[in-house]
Amino acid sequence: MNLFCVGLSHHTANVETRERFVGHAEIDRILREEAGCSEALLLTTCNRVEVYAAAAEAVPTERIARYLVRAGTMPLGDEVEAFYRHEAQQCVQHLFRVASGLDSMVIGETEILGQAKKAYAAARESGAAGPFLHRLFQRAFRVAKLVRTHTDITRGAVSVGSVAVDLAEKIFGNFESRKVLLLGAGEASERTARALVKRGVRDLRVSNRSIERAKSLAAQVGGRPVAIESWKTHCCEVDILISSTASAEPIVTQDSLAPLLLERRNRPLFIIDIAVPRDVAPDVNEMEGVFLYDIDSLQSIAQQSLVQRRQQIAAGEEIIAGHVVEFGGWFTSARARWAEAALELRPSES
Amino acid sequence: MDREFLIASTLCFFLAMVRMAVAIRAGNYRPAGFNFFAIALGCAFQTMFLSVRGHALGRCPITNLFEVFIFLAWSVSLIYLLIGPAYRLSLMGAFTAPLVFGLQTFALLAPIDLPHPLRKTPTPWLEFHASVSLIAYGAFALACVAGLMYLVQERQLKRRQLNSMFYHFPPLTDLFAAITRLLWLGFVLLTLGLIAGFFTGAPLPYGKVAWSLGVWIFYAAILLSRHLGRTAPRRIAALCVVAFSAALTLLWGITFLSQTRAL
Repeated sequence: MNLFCVGLSHHTANVETRERFVGHAEIDRILREEAGCSEALLLTTCNRVEVYAAAAEAVPTERIARYLVRAGTMPLGDEVEAFYRHEAQQCVQHLFRVASGLDSMVIGETEILGQAKKAYAAARESGAAGPFLHRLFQRAFRVAKLVRTHTDITRGAVSVGSVAVDLAEKIFGNFESRKVLLLGAGEASERTARALVKRGVRDLRVSNRSIERAKSLAAQVGGRPVAIESWKTHCCEVDILISSTASAEPIVTQDSLAPLLLERRNRPLFIIDIAVPRDVAPDVNEMEGVFLYDIDSLQSIAQQSLVQRRQQIAAGEEIIAGHVVEFGGWFTSARARWAEAALELRPSES
Repeated sequence: MDREFLIASTLCFFLAMVRMAVAIRAGNYRPAGFNFFAIALGCAFQTMFLSVRGHALGRCPITNLFEVFIFLAWSVSLIYLLIGPAYRLSLMGAFTAPLVFGLQTFALLAPIDLPHPLRKTPTPWLEFHASVSLIAYGAFALACVAGLMYLVQERQLKRRQLNSMFYHFPPLTDLFAAITRLLWLGFVLLTLGLIAGFFTGAPLPYGKVAWSLGVWIFYAAILLSRHLGRTAPRRIAALCVVAFSAALTLLWGITFLSQTRAL
């Protein structure tokens, strides 16, 4: 019994190539019935298309690639060179790395584990995942959990919006009773506001030069529109201020904020300034209880997190290596048992 | 025999401290069960020490500066074990272990474990006064620890330099709530301890009373300014650190004074 993986990912193929190979729902059945695989599982994400399979005989990469070509597109050509193939131990190691997020475009992202679980559940339901793939994926999920727990591979946000939300959480903890004011209804502030609403913010106020745009965005994100002229009144009440106006001059300065802070009675104020040019004067950060982050500082933290995640790869690989060896031991004996069983089932030659 | 328990306890806090320091240096600190376990074991050894010493003395073991420091260290670790996990302040252990280790190491190395001339048997009021006041100091010590954590995290947020420890800090508002609760706990206990002091039946040592009232007034002022909302949380946190440092110095002075008179 051979255990192998055939696929392509962001490492080997650009998006134009990847989008040609989105396998269809029936692929695992076809691979078993037509390509000669005993067990087959298809893992597709926006960054990878991979087939994990167990087969008694070697199945050529090209044959599998042909089944993965999206229906209605050109037949398989030179793109086959973008496919990689991992056999036995390398296949195990590859899956463990994929499930742990070490092979992802954004190192340490956790979405891939959910996608792998979903793919496994589908294969199990259709009967495409047998004892080999079952054991392989169960172990992969366990290893991914260990890597997440014992390294900082998932630590820190890596996008501007999620960095802002993480920082807000570090200041305020629970978002349910927090109030947020959007000053300007730009796309970036909309994304951040959506992320905050998703994490539990209930009181979201949207102000914009165009009240129509404010109303429209408020309706989309579940907030309420407020007049931009009254932003100072709202600023006394809110905990988080997200600013992204098109103003050429700073709107929030030490002078404009000082009287508002007196009324806030030392409640912290988190200001996210996504506007370029900036809406908030940089020296506002020096004021007591004010935490100001502009687009550059948010991007810098996201970069720091990515660097920290990359530094954790070695620790993750170490955990994976031990489990690859352990799985290899099980696989060798399971394969021997499978071979014996196959021999017994073979009809006698006499 | 009792000192062996204390050495074992100090080693536990030392291990917790070293492990934390190494992890922070390597940039991969995470609150692990090891730290909590080490502190719990250290606290168990402290309890054994106090129990053995208490049986030998036939009274609450706070008769000299050495015992006072150990009792204080015990109340710090005990309050941490009780409130740390409840308020998601697991990182507080990282700050508590060095404080307790420092207190115990000083107590073990300094020549302060001198037999006290016990001239009279203790009354329940006296024992209540002394022990409750020391537990109050334990709560103030943890308020100081939480204050330090607040200052560290606030600084990181202000400077936008987030290290691996940052992600394990509780939110600033939670930390501030913990500081407030610890201040109230310590203040209520200190008030009870002070009131009990007036019922001991012994003549009042005026210097000691004045110092104790000074500490009480200091903490009352911090709590008042906190609830009036006139003082920034960062300043309250800093005041917790200053107040405990002053209180610890005064405690030393008070205990030193007590060495010259019977408890």
